[in-house]
Amino acid sequence: MQRWIRHNRGFAGALAMFALLYITYNSLHPRGFSTAVLVQNANESVAIGFVAMAQTVPVLMGGLDLSVGAVMTLTSCVASALESGTPLQIAFGIFATLAAGTLFGLMNGVIVVYGRIQPIIATLATGAIAIGLALLIRPMPGGDVDGDLGWALTNTIWDFADTYGLAQGGNAPWLQPFINIPVPLILLFGIALAVWLPFKRTITGRSIYAVGSAEGAAYMSGLPINRAKIAAFTLAGFFASCAGLYLAIQTSSGNADAVQAGAYTLNSIAAVVLGGTSLAGGTGGVIASLVGALILRVISFYFRILDIDPLLQPLIEGLVLLGAVSLGAFRTLRVTNRLDLFR
Amino acid sequence: MAPIVELTGVSKHFAGIRALENVDFACNPGSTHAVLGENGAGKSTLIKIISGVFRPDSGSVQLNGSAVDFANPSQAAAAGIVCMFQELSLIPDLSVADNISLSDPPRRFGLIDHRAQVARAEELLARVRCEDVDPRAMLRDLSLSRRQMVEIAKALGRKPRVLILDEATSALTARDVQTVYDLLGQLKADGVASLFISHRMHEVQALCDRLSVFRNGRHVETFDKDTRSDGEIVRLMIGRDVEAKFPPKPAAKPGAKPREPLLQISNLAWEGRLNDISLTLGKGEILGLGGLDGQGQKELLLALFGVLKGVSGKVTVGGKDGIPASPVAAKNGATRIALVPEDRKTEGLMLTLPIGENLVAAAYDKISRGPLIDPARDGAMVAAGIEKLKIKVGSTADPVTTLSGGNQQKVVIAKWLMIGPDVILLNDPTRGIDVGTKQEIYRLMRSLADEGKAILFYSSDYAELIGCSDRVIVLYDGRVVRELTGAEITEEAIVSASLNLGDAA
Repeated sequence: MQRWIRHNRGFAGALAMFALLYITYNSLHPRGFSTAVLVQNANESVAIGFVAMAQTVPVLMGGLDLSVGAVMTLTSCVASALESGTPLQIAFGIFATLAAGTLFGLMNGVIVVYGRIQPIIATLATGAIAIGLALLIRPMPGGDVDGDLGWALTNTIWDFADTYGLAQGGNAPWLQPFINIPVPLILLFGIALAVWLPFKRTITGRSIYAVGSAEGAAYMSGLPINRAKIAAFTLAGFFASCAGLYLAIQTSSGNADAVQAGAYTLNSIAAVVLGGTSLAGGTGGVIASLVGALILRVISFYFRILDIDPLLQPLIEGLVLLGAVSLGAFRTLRVTNRLDLFR
Repeated sequence: MAPIVELTGVSKHFAGIRALENVDFACNPGSTHAVLGENGAGKSTLIKIISGVFRPDSGSVQLNGSAVDFANPSQAAAAGIVCMFQELSLIPDLSVADNISLSDPPRRFGLIDHRAQVARAEELLARVRCEDVDPRAMLRDLSLSRRQMVEIAKALGRKPRVLILDEATSALTARDVQTVYDLLGQLKADGVASLFISHRMHEVQALCDRLSVFRNGRHVETFDKDTRSDGEIVRLMIGRDVEAKFPPKPAAKPGAKPREPLLQISNLAWEGRLNDISLTLGKGEILGLGGLDGQGQKELLLALFGVLKGVSGKVTVGGKDGIPASPVAAKNGATRIALVPEDRKTEGLMLTLPIGENLVAAAYDKISRGPLIDPARDGAMVAAGIEKLKIKVGSTADPVTTLSGGNQQKVVIAKWLMIGPDVILLNDPTRGIDVGTKQEIYRLMRSLADEGKAILFYSSDYAELIGCSDRVIVLYDGRVVRELTGAEITEEAIVSASLNLGDAA
C-alpha cells in the first residue's frame, strides 16, 4: 500500500483531493448524498471522463492529441444518425460509432509515425477535419436517438432493468444492493478498467510508457516503438468515441459544435495533469485522468450551490486549476544540475 | 577455434568523418576480449556495428561463420548478441522487474504475468548478488550503481552468446565489480564470448585473455594477455601520428615571479561526481584538464559557471570568495567568467537564430541603450566579432546552422569574448572541427593568455593538451590524480594518469 502511494503519488493525491471535494460538496448540497444528485453528477462526468482517458494515452508516450474533443463531436454526430430503429440497428449504430472514432485515432497514429509529423500539429489538423466531417453529417443540431436507450443508460441500475424488463423489472432480490448505482458510472469505470488494465499488461502498452520515459532506451531494448505510437492514438480515438456515443445518447442529438470540441480538448489536458500524469510522458495512467476529470467537474458543481457570481466562475476555476497543478511542480526544487531543467 | 563474431573490412563514416576504416576483428567463444583505445578511437562504433545499432558502410559481419546484417538492436539480440550500453538502456519510469524483462516478458493468456516477471527478476538479481534490490521498486529510485547491476541482470536474462560490456563497471562498487568478474568467469565456462570495454587497465588485466587496441578508427593489433607490458599497450594506443602545429609557449624563466592567481579552488565537491578538487589558475595561464571522458571535467566547468546547485568547497574568483550563483552572475561578476560549453548545438548556439543574434546573445548590456538594442552598436559588435575570429559568413542574418562546424564554434567563442571575460572555461572547444580552424583556436587561446586572461581548458585530445597547456591536471573519477608542468606533459604521462596507473607506465 505504502509502495503503491509512493509510486503513484500524483494519482493518490488526486484521489484524496476528489474525495475531499466531493464529500464537502455533498455536505453543502441541500439534497446531498442522494441518488438523484449522484445520477445527475455521474451523467455530467461521463463525456469529459472518456475524453480525459483518451488524452492520457498519447500523453503517456510524450505526445498530445488535440483532436480528442473533435473526435468526440464527430462520433456523437455519427451516433445521432444511427442510434434508432430495431435493437439490431441500434447495436450496429453503437459498433459503427466506436469504429469511426477508433479508425480516426488509427489515422492519427499512422500520420504521426509514418508522416513523421509532431503529434500536436498533426492532431490539430485532423481535429479540424473531424469537425468538418461532423458538420457534413449534422449541418444543424438534431438527430433521433432511441428514447428507451437514452433513459436506460442515463439513470440507475433499477431504471435500466425496469426499461428492458430484466431481473423481474429491477425487483429481483439479488439486484437490490446495486439498484441505486448510476449506469453512467458503471459504463465509465467498466470500460476504463476492462480496456485499460489488460492493455497496460501487453508489450504494446508497456512500450507506450517506455517511449514516454526514454525513447532511446526503448529503441535500444528492441521495443515496438511504432506499434506503440499507433496504438496510443488508436486507443485515444476509441475512448473519444465512447464519449461521443454517450453524449449523443444523453442529449438525444448530435451537434457539430466546434467550440464545445475545443473546450473538451483543453479540459482533457487539465484532467490529465490533475490526475498526476506527466505531460513529459512515462508516468501516470488512464484511471488517474478519470479522477482528474471528476475533480474538474466537482469544481464546477460547487458554483451551483455556492452563491458565486457567474461572471467570476472562469476566474475561480482558473485559480483552482493553477493551484492544483502547482502541487506537482515541487520536483524541480530538487534538481541540482540546472541544465536538467531544460531537458 | 572458429571465431563467433568476425568483422572483415568494415568501414563506417559519419558526415565525412572516419569512425572505422577497413577493420578486421574477430573474437572467439569462451573468451573475454578487451577492446582498448583512446577517446574517439572507434571502440563505440565497433560495438554498435556488432550489436546492430549502426550498419557498416562497407565490409561484412559474420556470426558463427554466416554473414549477418542487423537492421536494429532487437535483431542482434535475437541472434544472441546482447550489449550493455554506456548510456543505460533502462526505462526510469518502469519497475526493476519490468526493465529486466522489458522486451520479452513472461506472459499468461497474452498478457504480461507480473508475478512470473517478479520471480524472474528475483532469480536474475540473485545471480548478480543484488538480492537487496526490490524488483517492484521504480528504476528511477535506484542509485546509478544499482541501475548498472539491473542492466547486467537484464543482459543476462537475454541469454547472450556474445555479451558486450561497454564501460559496464564504471559506476560499480568494489563488491559489484567482483560479482561481475565471477559472472564473466561463469559465462566464459559456458562458451559465451564477452567483449569488454574499459578504461581501467587493472580490470582488463584481471579479466581478459585477449586484447585488441584501436587507434583513429583502425584496428592496430590483437594479442594475448601478458604478451605486452602496460607501457607497450599505452604506446600502441597513442601511435605516432603527425600532430597539428601549436603556437610556441612562453619559455618559463627561472626565478620568474609566480603568476597572480585569478581562480582558486579548494576541496570542491558535488554529488559524488566531483571529489575534493583543488587547483589554482593564474593570470595568463592555460591550464589543461585531462582524463578520459566523463571523469568530472564537464561538471567542474559547469560548477564554476554557476550551473550546479549544492556545490561545496571554497572558490575564490579574482579575490572574491564564492561560487557564482548562476551563469548570469558568472558573466557579470567583477571578474567575468565565460564558458564555451561541450555541445555547441544545444548549449552553445540557438541554431535557428541568425548569426548576428547568436554573436551578441551574451552581451546585450554592451549594445543596448536603456531597454532598447542600439542597431549601430549591434552592427559594430557583430562586425568586430566576425573580424576578430575571421568567421566566414555570407550574411549575418543567415541562420547559424548554415555555417560549417568550425565556424559555428568560432561564433560560440566570439560570443563569449564579447563580454570581455577574465576567466575562460573551454569544454573540448575543437571537438568535431577541421584542422585549420583548430590551429586558429590554438593561436587564439595563446594570444588571449598573453593578454592576461586565465584559461581552463578540457580536451579529449591529448595532443592538444600537450601543445596548448602550460600545466595539465588529470581527473579520474572526479578527483585530481596528477598535475603535470612543462616538460612533464607527455602523452605517456597523461594517458597513464588517465587510466589511473600511477607511475607504472
